[in-house]
Amino acid sequence: MHPRVDTPAPTPVVEPVEADGALRTAAPVRILASGVLPSMPHAADDHVRTLSRFHRLMGRPEATSIAGAALIFAIFGFAAGDSGMFALDGVMNWSVVSAYLGIIAVGACLLMIAGEFDLSMGSMIGFAGMIAAIPPLYFGWPVWLAMLISLACALLLGFINGQIVVRTGLPSFIVTLAFLFVLRGLTLAFSIMAADRTIVSGIGDLAVNDPVARVLFSGTFGDRLFSAMAHHGWIAARDDGSPLVQGIPKVVIWWLGIAAACSFRLHRTRFGNWIFAVGGDANAAKNVGVPVRRVKVSLFMFTALCGWLFAMLQICDIGSAAADRGLQKEFEAVIAAVIGGSLLTGGYGSVIGACFGALIFGVVQIGITYTNLNSDWFRVFLGLMLLLAVLFNNQLRRRMTQAR
Amino acid sequence: MDPSPPDYVLELDNVSKFFGTVIALNDVTVRLKRGEVHCLLGDNGAGKSTLIKILAGVHPPSRGIYRVDGKPVEFDSPSDALDLGIATVYQDLALVPLMSVCRNFFLGREPTRSLWGIRLFDREYATRVAHEKLADMGIVVRDANQTVGTMSGGERQCLAIARAIHFGARVLILDEPTAALGVKQSANVLRIIARARDKGISVIFITHNVHHAYPVGDTFTLLNRGRSMGTFHKTEISRDEVLNMMAGGQEMQELMTELGVRL
Repeated sequence: MHPRVDTPAPTPVVEPVEADGALRTAAPVRILASGVLPSMPHAADDHVRTLSRFHRLMGRPEATSIAGAALIFAIFGFAAGDSGMFALDGVMNWSVVSAYLGIIAVGACLLMIAGEFDLSMGSMIGFAGMIAAIPPLYFGWPVWLAMLISLACALLLGFINGQIVVRTGLPSFIVTLAFLFVLRGLTLAFSIMAADRTIVSGIGDLAVNDPVARVLFSGTFGDRLFSAMAHHGWIAARDDGSPLVQGIPKVVIWWLGIAAACSFRLHRTRFGNWIFAVGGDANAAKNVGVPVRRVKVSLFMFTALCGWLFAMLQICDIGSAAADRGLQKEFEAVIAAVIGGSLLTGGYGSVIGACFGALIFGVVQIGITYTNLNSDWFRVFLGLMLLLAVLFNNQLRRRMTQAR
Repeated sequence: MDPSPPDYVLELDNVSKFFGTVIALNDVTVRLKRGEVHCLLGDNGAGKSTLIKILAGVHPPSRGIYRVDGKPVEFDSPSDALDLGIATVYQDLALVPLMSVCRNFFLGREPTRSLWGIRLFDREYATRVAHEKLADMGIVVRDANQTVGTMSGGERQCLAIARAIHFGARVLILDEPTAALGVKQSANVLRIIARARDKGISVIFITHNVHHAYPVGDTFTLLNRGRSMGTFHKTEISRDEVLNMMAGGQEMQELMTELGVRL
């Protein structure tokens, strides 16, 4: 795009050559820090490049997913605009699906930027849910205690996953694939052993009466506000005056909170810098003093935490835990992260992008039921979307790593 | 011109290094004066890499003494050497291509500022200082947020050198900084080396290219098959003499004549 202009070596001043007028917004004149370089005659070379605003915008990792989300909204606005999909209860429907996926997508995205995968996330959801649900139902433990123990187990497993990966140097793909099966098997075995069944119900009612679970996971947020709005007739209400949508589901609040915190962490703190570095070039990172192992292990623990959070919200919401919960969620999380612009090879990506990836996922999955389309088409669409995103990301990476 | 003996920053006295039965270095003596560019010249397998690793604290010498500021030292790890201001810029440069210039510049040593008790990566400071320090070395980066991947090899080399200087290097060990570069890019790196010397930094410049070494070097040590063939001051030796002392020098000379490169 911008061919290097090799000039005869000793010429002190060389006219900059305008190679392609189309994309340059400013004349490629060298800006020299005045007075700094008295002794160094500078040949005009390839130090300075100018990118058009469009290129800069499209160079951001989340750009594609935001554009994709806008496109999806436009399509469904057109195809299902009058079906109630964009009424308040419809919005809640797809935002809940997006939020669940979004929570684990954020974890998967950070780990992917650090150059690793966690395929055990889906199994972790089933596992953490069972560990939290069985003790209160069968041994009479308080819900908060069981949830805390479940959290400890999840973090420990994340730690083990991470340690194996960083100490052996094996691909995390294969290590966590092993844990995908180990955890799923453990969950089944444990639930059969302790409860003699693979679905345990009734945890929802216990959670509502638990001081911790009620505040953190059960029900909705902003109920009073929604009641007031229904009272004034601003939102749809039932016949008795109570609002049709009671409030914002807590999973949505968690999603937004986690996404904001992680995005902040990624872009604005030292640790975030290290995440990019260990994924971009672990060896280089190590050589400049970045604690590569600590960064990776802590991110494995964080994905485990995300899986745990998913499970806690889910058992409080559905009211039961099941050994097959979270099936294939690890892939959905990876898909959302990739659609969001994260590179599979690490070192590049965006939490915001992953959230938009999750949003696309939720909108399409739920939106398709509002249309006349058979919902089987959802997977076809998803696969194509993934392929498109990967192709685009690949192009992006090439542009970012090529010297011009 | 001759400084008194204590004015050496680094000294290797009769150093040998053995790897099993392999004699990588045999009785080599190298002395680096303060504020000079000392070129270590040798073809592949001459022992240049081993010498760097001893200087950088990666390997201890098997025999002989390593002195810094006249005092004998024994380094356990490269960070010991770094603590004394001896920074090595390896060929892989330790840069992350997908990250921006300023993030790379401060990688592992990020400046932070506090906002409501949260420690933040100080982007503004990082951008400004990276920009300043690079400009100081004669590298103009318009956008400190461009990725290192879009920079040329020479620019990357300069960035790595500028980074080492910023973080307190008083001795720079450069491992073949011009090896993968074109002529013009190499010239830029050589300028940076000269600039570093002007700032009072002592430089060990490892290369197998006499035409790169001669313009910036003050002193030349020639290595051949693990042995030193002597150290010469620039006034004592001409470029062609250096070239002829190196293995393959004649071939290079012919090639340079053929290509008509003047430095």
